[in-house]
Amino acid sequence: MTRTASPRVLVPIDSSALSVGAERVAQAITREADRRGLSIDLVRNGSRGLFWLEPLVEVETPAGRIAYGPVLPPDVPDLFDAGFLSGRPHRLGHGLSDHIPYLAGQERLTFARMGLTDPLSLNDYRANGGFAGLDRAMSMSGEELIREVTDAGLRGRGGAAFPTGVKWATVRQAEGRRKYVVCNADEGDSGTFSDRMLMEGDPYCLIEGMTIAALAVGATAGYIYTRSEYPHACRTLAVAIDRAREAGYLGADVLGSGRAFDLEVRMGAGAYICGEETSLLESLEGKPGLVRFKPPLPAVAGLFGQPTVINNVISLATVPIILARGAAFYRDYGVGRSHGTLPFQLAGNIRHGGLVEKAFGLTLAALLYDYGGGSANGRPIRAVQVGGPLGAYVPESQFEVPLDYETYSRMGAMIGHGGIVAFDDTVDMARMARYAMEFCALESCGKCTPCRIGSRRGVEVIDRIIADQERAANLALLESLCDTLEYGSLCALGGMAPYPVRSALRHFPQDFGVETPVLF
Amino acid sequence: MSNLVGADRESDQAALRAIIEVHRAMPGAMLPLLHAIQGQMGWVPAEVVPLISDALNVSRAEVQGVLDFYHDFRRAPAGRHVLQICRAESCQAMGSYRLEAQARDILGINFHQTTPDGALTLEPVYCLGNCACSPAIRIDDAIYGRMDPATLDALIGDLRDAQAPA
Repeated sequence: MTRTASPRVLVPIDSSALSVGAERVAQAITREADRRGLSIDLVRNGSRGLFWLEPLVEVETPAGRIAYGPVLPPDVPDLFDAGFLSGRPHRLGHGLSDHIPYLAGQERLTFARMGLTDPLSLNDYRANGGFAGLDRAMSMSGEELIREVTDAGLRGRGGAAFPTGVKWATVRQAEGRRKYVVCNADEGDSGTFSDRMLMEGDPYCLIEGMTIAALAVGATAGYIYTRSEYPHACRTLAVAIDRAREAGYLGADVLGSGRAFDLEVRMGAGAYICGEETSLLESLEGKPGLVRFKPPLPAVAGLFGQPTVINNVISLATVPIILARGAAFYRDYGVGRSHGTLPFQLAGNIRHGGLVEKAFGLTLAALLYDYGGGSANGRPIRAVQVGGPLGAYVPESQFEVPLDYETYSRMGAMIGHGGIVAFDDTVDMARMARYAMEFCALESCGKCTPCRIGSRRGVEVIDRIIADQERAANLALLESLCDTLEYGSLCALGGMAPYPVRSALRHFPQDFGVETPVLF
Repeated sequence: MSNLVGADRESDQAALRAIIEVHRAMPGAMLPLLHAIQGQMGWVPAEVVPLISDALNVSRAEVQGVLDFYHDFRRAPAGRHVLQICRAESCQAMGSYRLEAQARDILGINFHQTTPDGALTLEPVYCLGNCACSPAIRIDDAIYGRMDPATLDALIGDLRDAQAPA
């Protein structure tokens, strides 16, 4: 008589899933299985990114995984009664996970493994294509690695969209007694969570990408600088790094190659500005996160004055698949000069919030309505902030514009890190413009005057516009102030804070008490 | 009583010195060290500034500069629990300002203040990375999504009822 294996039940351990009760659901499932004398194999996976369905419980069946969600602890006995362990139908059931349109329509390259594995299991990682990129990289020279990343057309996913291969080549050629790879995981933009998901749900992918970067440029030490708001990601990464080191993927002799590379996680301390690369390096060195003048570039004189690769989580975590599948495979996704895919993040007032990895070139309308299902409360979507707190507010008339770096830049907007925050028709855009200036004032490092003083004056000027005190004169003043910030600031915080302000004025003048569009 | 306080202070001093010893040789030790001290003490007392200055071979002004720059480091003890309400755009789009007002009303304090009974400190936070489940709040190390007024009310009630440590 053969013993049937215990059914495999998956409950995510991602912090968003936990924030809506995944831990209690996992406990309820264990308890209910015990009570019924049933043996189950409960696995804590990463989230599949369908956050409106979290806590999403999946069960493995011969046909594939069957999804149920959102599951709350009181639903658990009912799921057992309905036979969810064999994938039977239930009112919370969604059928095969892979056939849910939200997932089926995606092009998951960087997030290929997301939610499929136990994030800390090296066996799971290897069984799902992990380390294939590093294996290939071990047989290539630094120049060959850089050529592969350059040919793939990968650009910085943190927001600046600078070609990753060019950055690496600069570091490789730079002279230094020691070189570093630094991962910018200071994901502070509202509406973004792809870095967090990846660090929590597929940490070895980031470790693999950083190791390949180190091999390419000749670096021996690396740091992942993440946020204190991400305690779960910090803990997951620390364990993953230890396990990777024990397995020989990190340390003094990476996979027996005779080459050293080791990694450490560092936690920020609640400063948005530390997402700016030079401020991050200052912070890593133990100083206040004051932005540095450039040049010198970090590639030439970065961490502790040494040549440093500094890349976003998603840039680095995309390197393994580029190496595993080849530059052409990756480059063929996307449009124009925006190659590959971007994990877009749907947030704010949206019915189906979550992660949608797609090739560049789709429209906001497709994301908001086909994936997002419109607003959460059913009201019309009036404005969408794309690219974080420094990104423009996009009105409905621009929802059909294809999302690629150049097209967005031409319309005075930016894709940034791919955050999409939807607002319904009750939003007051003057208030959002004021908030943009308020946030800039709060988070300014204070090094340059336009940002430090300009943002405070910006709040005051917008207050006067809202209160109808010399409105025309104050609008002219705001325009001039935005110019000063945009052209006079040292970094993108002051330089781009005018984006949300200007776009709000241009597209929603009535919220500022102005009849005709303010064109500036 | 005074003996007890003295003993506590002595053990604190020993713990501080141990933390400093563990961290002082790290490259860029300042932030990990301050996080460790705050993790142990709940805040960063002014007395540690000269100790860190000595250990890391930097000026007191440099230590103070770091403490002042970062929002996370507390220069005074917080309440027994810290309630953070996200004020960033995604949570605003889902009505977080109503939660802010509610918390202020129930607790009778503003952001950056602690209730008179020492139970709770109220703080703003700018994005918890939980934007697909907005609005979000954080209580100590736990993040809560899809927050609504009734749940917030109940959570605050639980925290206030929690007895003060003896």
